[in-house]
Amino acid sequence: MAVVFEKTKALTDATLSYCPGCTHGIIHRLVAESIDELGVMEKSIGVAPVGCAVFAYDFFNIDMQQAAHGRAPAVATGIKRVHPNNVVFTYQGDGDLASIGMAEIVHAAARGEKITTIFVNNAIYGMTGGQMAPTTLVGQVTTTSPYGRNPELCGMPVRMAEMLGGLAGAAYVARVSVHNVRAVNEAKRAIKKAFELQIAGKGFTMVEVLSTCPTNWGMNPVEALGWVESNMIPYYPLGVFKDVSKDAVLASKDVSAKEAN
Amino acid sequence: MAKLLMKGNEAIAEAAIRAGCRYFFGYPITPQNQIPEYMSKRMPQVGGTFLQAESEVAAINMVYGAAGAGARVMTSSSGPGISLKQEGITYIVGAELPCVIVNIMRGGPGLGSIQPSQSDYFQATRGGGHGDYNMPVLAPASVAEAAELTAKAFDLADKYRTPVLVLGDGMIGQMMEPVDMPEAFPQTVPEKPWATVGWSDKSARPRAVVNSLYIDPKVLEQHNIRLQEKYVKIAAEQVQVATELTDDAEIVLVAYGTMSRIARSAVRAARAEGIKVGLIRPITLWPFPSDTIRQAAKTAERFLVIEMSAGQMIEDVKLALNGARPVGFYGRMGGMVPSVDEVLSEIRKTARKGE
Ligand SMILES: Cc1ncc(C[n+]2csc(CCOP(=O)(O)OP(=O)(O)O)c2C)c(N)n1
Ligand code: SF4
Repeated sequence: MAVVFEKTKALTDATLSYCPGCTHGIIHRLVAESIDELGVMEKSIGVAPVGCAVFAYDFFNIDMQQAAHGRAPAVATGIKRVHPNNVVFTYQGDGDLASIGMAEIVHAAARGEKITTIFVNNAIYGMTGGQMAPTTLVGQVTTTSPYGRNPELCGMPVRMAEMLGGLAGAAYVARVSVHNVRAVNEAKRAIKKAFELQIAGKGFTMVEVLSTCPTNWGMNPVEALGWVESNMIPYYPLGVFKDVSKDAVLASKDVSAKEAN
Repeated sequence: MAKLLMKGNEAIAEAAIRAGCRYFFGYPITPQNQIPEYMSKRMPQVGGTFLQAESEVAAINMVYGAAGAGARVMTSSSGPGISLKQEGITYIVGAELPCVIVNIMRGGPGLGSIQPSQSDYFQATRGGGHGDYNMPVLAPASVAEAAELTAKAFDLADKYRTPVLVLGDGMIGQMMEPVDMPEAFPQTVPEKPWATVGWSDKSARPRAVVNSLYIDPKVLEQHNIRLQEKYVKIAAEQVQVATELTDDAEIVLVAYGTMSRIARSAVRAARAEGIKVGLIRPITLWPFPSDTIRQAAKTAERFLVIEMSAGQMIEDVKLALNGARPVGFYGRMGGMVPSVDEVLSEIRKTARKGE
């Protein structure tokens, strides 16, 4: 019998702890497939955050560390400096990365730390019961913004990919989504590319993945996927914000153009 | 063995390197700046890594990552920075990772001052961060001892899988003294099958997970029981203390770090006046040398604790004596250092109480 679909080796057999319809599971799968396909499972070390993905150390079938809330990029820095030839990644939510861990992620990117960050942006604090995140959209109701996020009080949602893409140390920064099959395929390409550029030693790489939280958004899974498309993507445009592999091509074109003059 | 004239901070850094430390993550703060500065120069020479982190919070979490990855690793700071490190330290305790942390104490609270102080004793010896824990705290009284204890701290950390704190005051950090610096300190580095190095040989060990989360309270209680058993073991095996003239002493001074040197001069002056006084100098502040204190109470009528604080170690002396002897205190705060004369006059006062 022909095998048409297999379990990814880089995931364990543990049952995922995520709510039904939550896209954390899809993102785990994409990360694991990338590790698997690049053949780096045996030298990969992951860092789990504080958030719904805290148990990621049970799910990825590789050596793992669990970090304090927001500190995953610092922990990953420590690991990567000790094992520069290993593949090191963090998996972080938006409260973890864009709020309490803002300093750690910005400086990891600024240093050009050769790690990959998978940034799961679901516009809310999932694990603690749906509080407002720095990424919560204007007007979005959460348990700590019961009248909807008011930019007068809380400012505008933070666009991390744009911010980090502007740092010289960043080699690759992209924002993707997993709300339909096409988006999932593109997300996979971006995640794999981020790992490839880490392996090539190019610098800091991050893929921001727009993700759902049906439980705390108060929607069923299908509605939640629709909300990503209709509400999140307009504010968080998908795309590549930094790609040194492309820049290098441009730069070499630049040089030849100058030489031609 | 070469005799070198070094500042305490530099001796700590060099000793760490000669004890096999190859990773240092830190952030500038007075009066410990010579440690990161020295490390930034020396680490590249020995193939190690020095990284100036964006904050003490980041530095201690880099230590967590590197320790979890199996390295001998260290950080250093002073009061305000050590407070920021407490989050990382309790995670390091929970995940049972070995590392060395140096606190060159300055006056507090708040931004306080940059002058020497011993006001972080409680923070150091009571755990410091959240959760039930202790960690070995080593208190050097000279530059040579600072080097020796720093080297020893790495072995202790590896042996018990715990952070170890080297607690110096600003004077230790800044003073220059001769040090016997061996080419390499003896090192006992155990196997670290728990370290995340990449899971290449799946038959050799289970998947490595460095973690302090135990969501099931029954399991977390067992984890805590194991930690407490470890502390009992450390307390039984690792107490280090120096005593001087305590055999016939009617008054026993208790002081640590540079305060013990001032206390020692005062003890000698008092002896010259015919006062029977001795000195106990705890070298490990945790575990505390309670037995030595109790032993001294066999001859001593009174105890006098001298600190550069409002009186913190005095609690451990009182706990050891459990009311058996009166315990007096003399201290200065905020970066002020008690003089030999001040301590001597306290000894005289204590002696008069005994008459
Ligand atoms: C220092 C600290 N502060 C607060 C918390 C509580 N806490 C746990 S998870 C979390 C938010 C996680 O949200 P996010 O990063 O968006 O991830 P999600 O759960 O949505 O995947 C918070 C605030 C904590 N564990 N530690
Ligand atoms: S709370 Fe939200 S983010 Fe967390 S697992 Fe459930 S759906 Fe996913």
